[in-house]
Amino acid sequence: MALKTEEMVLNMGPQHPSTHGVLRLELQIDGEIIIDVVPHIGYLHRCFEKHAEAMTYPQVIPYTDRMDYLASMYNEFGYALAMERLMKIEVPERVEYIRVIMGELQRIASHLVALGTYGADIGAFTPFLFCFRDRERILHLFEITCGARLLYNYIWIGGLSHDLHPDFIRLTKEFIKDFRPNVKELNELLSYNRIFIERTANVGLLPLETAINYGVTGPNLRASGMKWDLRKDDPYSVYHKFDYDIPIGKGEKGKTGDCWDRYYVRVLEMEESLKIIEQAIEQIPDGDVTSAIPKRVKPPEGQIYTRVENPRGELGYFIISDGSINPARVKVRAPSFVTMQVFPELCKGFMIADVVAILGSVDIVLGEIDR
Amino acid sequence: MKTAEEIFNQLKEKFENSVVELKSDKPVESFIIVNPLEVDKICLFLRDEKDLQFDSLMNLSGVDDANGTKEKDEKGLETIKGGTLSVYYHIESTKLRHKLTLKTSTDREKPEVVTVTETWKGADWHEREAYDMYGIVFLNHPDLRRILMPYDWEFGYPLRKDYKNPEFYQGMKVPY
Amino acid sequence: MMYDWLYSLTGSEILAMFIVSLLPLFVFILPFALFAVLMERKVSAHMQDRLGPMRTGYHGILQTIADIFKLLQKEDLVPTATDKMLFNLAPLLAFIGSYAAFAVIPFSGFFIGTKIDLGIIFIVGVTGLVVAGILMAGWASNNKYSLLGAMRAAAQIISYEIPTLLIILTIIMLTGTLSLYDLSEMQTAYFWNWLILGGPAVGLQKILLIPFMILGCLIIYTSTLAEVNRTPFDIPEAESELVSGYHTEYSGMKFAMFFLAEYANMFAVSAVVAVLFFGGYQSPFGYLGNLLGWKWLIPIEQFSWFTSKGLFFVFVQMWLRWTLPRFRVDQLMAFCWKYLIPFSFVILLLVGLISLM
Repeated sequence: MALKTEEMVLNMGPQHPSTHGVLRLELQIDGEIIIDVVPHIGYLHRCFEKHAEAMTYPQVIPYTDRMDYLASMYNEFGYALAMERLMKIEVPERVEYIRVIMGELQRIASHLVALGTYGADIGAFTPFLFCFRDRERILHLFEITCGARLLYNYIWIGGLSHDLHPDFIRLTKEFIKDFRPNVKELNELLSYNRIFIERTANVGLLPLETAINYGVTGPNLRASGMKWDLRKDDPYSVYHKFDYDIPIGKGEKGKTGDCWDRYYVRVLEMEESLKIIEQAIEQIPDGDVTSAIPKRVKPPEGQIYTRVENPRGELGYFIISDGSINPARVKVRAPSFVTMQVFPELCKGFMIADVVAILGSVDIVLGEIDR
Repeated sequence: MKTAEEIFNQLKEKFENSVVELKSDKPVESFIIVNPLEVDKICLFLRDEKDLQFDSLMNLSGVDDANGTKEKDEKGLETIKGGTLSVYYHIESTKLRHKLTLKTSTDREKPEVVTVTETWKGADWHEREAYDMYGIVFLNHPDLRRILMPYDWEFGYPLRKDYKNPEFYQGMKVPY
Repeated sequence: MMYDWLYSLTGSEILAMFIVSLLPLFVFILPFALFAVLMERKVSAHMQDRLGPMRTGYHGILQTIADIFKLLQKEDLVPTATDKMLFNLAPLLAFIGSYAAFAVIPFSGFFIGTKIDLGIIFIVGVTGLVVAGILMAGWASNNKYSLLGAMRAAAQIISYEIPTLLIILTIIMLTGTLSLYDLSEMQTAYFWNWLILGGPAVGLQKILLIPFMILGCLIIYTSTLAEVNRTPFDIPEAESELVSGYHTEYSGMKFAMFFLAEYANMFAVSAVVAVLFFGGYQSPFGYLGNLLGWKWLIPIEQFSWFTSKGLFFVFVQMWLRWTLPRFRVDQLMAFCWKYLIPFSFVILLLVGLISLM
């Protein structure tokens, strides 16, 4: 007589310690094996696009901060870049260099959060605190520059709001010197730990063809084996002047495109960002950062789609202007939105504990998904 | 690498009526206007053709053109009658490194566009969002329902220019 | 022995028995549980490059007392849709299962709760009550997450009792006694006689036993770590998956009971490992009391040695918790059934052969 097993619907509800933000996952499970996952989003929808139509162009920048709150500099960067291309403004070189430095520091901070919380989800509590200890130093750097630790309103259309603090370069050099051994320590503690590898290798495989078809970008795409980085393939700002590498997933501990690859690509990316920051600090020219900021932002009629390389993938801004001081349409293409789409594909056939591992490796931020 | 003009000519040869025109007068990008009911065939062609190979959909967004007539309805609130809603597609090829923008326009009263989810699976949630925010119905979509608003929101489509917030939703006062 | 000494002091059997049975609980276990909570927080804090509780008392010493006061005055929430009797009974069972094990552990040459012959088998039997308590807690909470947590806990504890028992069998076979008191007495006079280094055997037998004893000690330490649900085996309480597992719905004093029962359990298994392999309360070098001729000093010294060995193993358990990530359920089971149990069998066989020499 065969045992009758039933499918159960388990709700990992909006409040849960390891769905990073308010996300509801409806799991249809058979015992411990996942049959289907249906994500429900919209709990953090704050109507960014509707607000943007009511504000003037510079007033939209604090709103863009709050979308992906862990990588605010990049959100502002993308928006300012789109507006500058639309209005054909030339920014001084110093502004470009400072934007790149801030962007890369932000990338390191965002990856530290991703790695720390991923370790905490898997059960290792100590790397979480080590990552946040290093992140505190980066946030201190941001604080002395523009006064805020998380949501900056720093990169404006045509320039920046403040110039660098006189201590900034010295503190950044100290930070880089202290951070490199910490990455090595994190590797020994977490990345090469046998239990961690057992939990994450060969789990949540993302084949390359599926990734491109769904439009997945960023570290998730690079972990599946494709060398695609917008900083090199569609260059913007002064990224072409630096010498850095693009790490991809090679399937060292399992198959290419599993959770360990996605995790390790982020660890390697932090090292590359350090290289960019070092080179930028050497080469930074002098200048006035507020000289190119226009008094009134009134772009000509037209539209533009610009994309930058967020720590989570390709962040796109599609702006339509009708000649007045308010935008007619600002659409944000958030990388986490696209990644949540492919999430059910990754989870099928694995266990409930793996859902947590896969969600952590994919690194979503609900503020971006819901806008 | 192909420019927008070359692709436009190639598309015009294959699908004469569905491809309407190439607009490149305004800054910054130029776009090709296509027929909303033939979009899926055009996109499939764009993806599979050897020298085009547009294998990645970067963005799909709905836009309210607000080009109808503004009139006041019975309660004195402004609505827009007539005019169009548009959908913009930004696609690119990761192998051949070129990009393209497509645009389709449908009537505001009964907006219908064919879905492109068979070509790029990533269009699924983007189209759900366009439906949620603008009310554009995508024909043949596997699962068209609201995504960001609550599933039982019956008070219209938020990003339209003439949208007004309702007074009460399930007993809770909406504007405060 | 303590019982005889008290009897000669007071002249009444009942009073002597009363004091002897209450002593481990109030003088040792409860203060130890208070201390262990604080130790965990301070140890974890220093390992994570931060300070831990600093404000209550000097460097946070009074933190646990503050916690107890807080838990005492919390509202005792009982969800309406639960099975009330089971819900209230479950923490009691877990508590009882952990604390009853201390009745047969020898704290020093002078004091042992009760000198029954069963010794170690009594401990294994009584800690089985904890499984019943956990299952009751999971079921009575009427909550899918708690039920999942409780099932996993039950499967884990029952599976890991097998390697524990097999290693205990090995020791019993080697030494021929079940009573923990006799085991400790056997490992007397210098650490060379401790069972981890071969025990009171002599010659070639002793040298051959050493690698198996070390391996056996590692196996029993790992499987008892799984029995007390500590990381890396803390699936039942996995915070990031199941929001606290089987004790999600408990609050106030009942939660405190689960909590304290876990720390008492930790000490109980550390004490068992110390007694089985590391000489129990015996000192590795000889006694100061013997040196100075003060015979009354010896039990005090033995007690302090026992406590330090127990505390050391508890410290290692906490160290492991804050370093290693967590196993997944199927990997945990595979580890037990495919690796620990075959190794334990092999050790049993080989030690048996060696002891025949």
